Amino acid sequence: MTEETSPIRDAIQKAIDDHEVILFMKGTPDAPACGFSARTVGALQALGAPFAAVDVLPDPRIRQELSAISSWPTIPQLFVGGELVGGCDIVTEMYETGELAQALGVDAPDAAPADPPAAEAPDPSPMGIENRLN
Amino acid sequence: MPSAQELKQRIEAAIPGASVAVEDLTGGGDHFRAVVVSHEFAGRSRLEQHRMVYDVFGEEVGGPIHALSITTQTGREP
Repeated sequence: MTEETSPIRDAIQKAIDDHEVILFMKGTPDAPACGFSARTVGALQALGAPFAAVDVLPDPRIRQELSAISSWPTIPQLFVGGELVGGCDIVTEMYETGELAQALGVDAPDAAPADPPAAEAPDPSPMGIENRLN
Repeated sequence: MPSAQELKQRIEAAIPGASVAVEDLTGGGDHFRAVVVSHEFAGRSRLEQHRMVYDVFGEEVGGPIHALSITTQTGREP
């Protein structure tokens, strides 16, 4: 399989292009499988920003191809407007400074808590990219 | 198994003038937090700053280094 013809990479790129806000994570927003993913989901949900979510765990190739696209080695990865915003550390920092709300085009909470609240029940359904790749 | 001390030394060697603190979050040698202060970060986005730190370890991040939490700060020119 060459890089140019990887259907998984194409599907990931299309998902990034098609969704204004998309989070690649371990697990799902209602059942994060990693503390870093949970924290990132919590920040997005605290701002009430709608986002698509892709679970990278079902197929290790999703993570490999995603990192090849983004040049970013870790999960989660948040994309806004087709551009990588960052991972858990950057998203958390941006949440605390209000930059995240600005990037997402939502109102910042009056007083953002130092730590994003724990993930709550999800608004949107996670997008099951793995199902589209079979 | 990488140690916090080894990570600190490698970041300091790769990013000149960097002041680095690395903590092994679990004691298991695979989950680390690094705080990196360097004047090399000036004028770079947070994304680029974090990439500079990740790049020190290449594919070890996600491999033997399961998680590397990064905080970067721009220091003054030495």
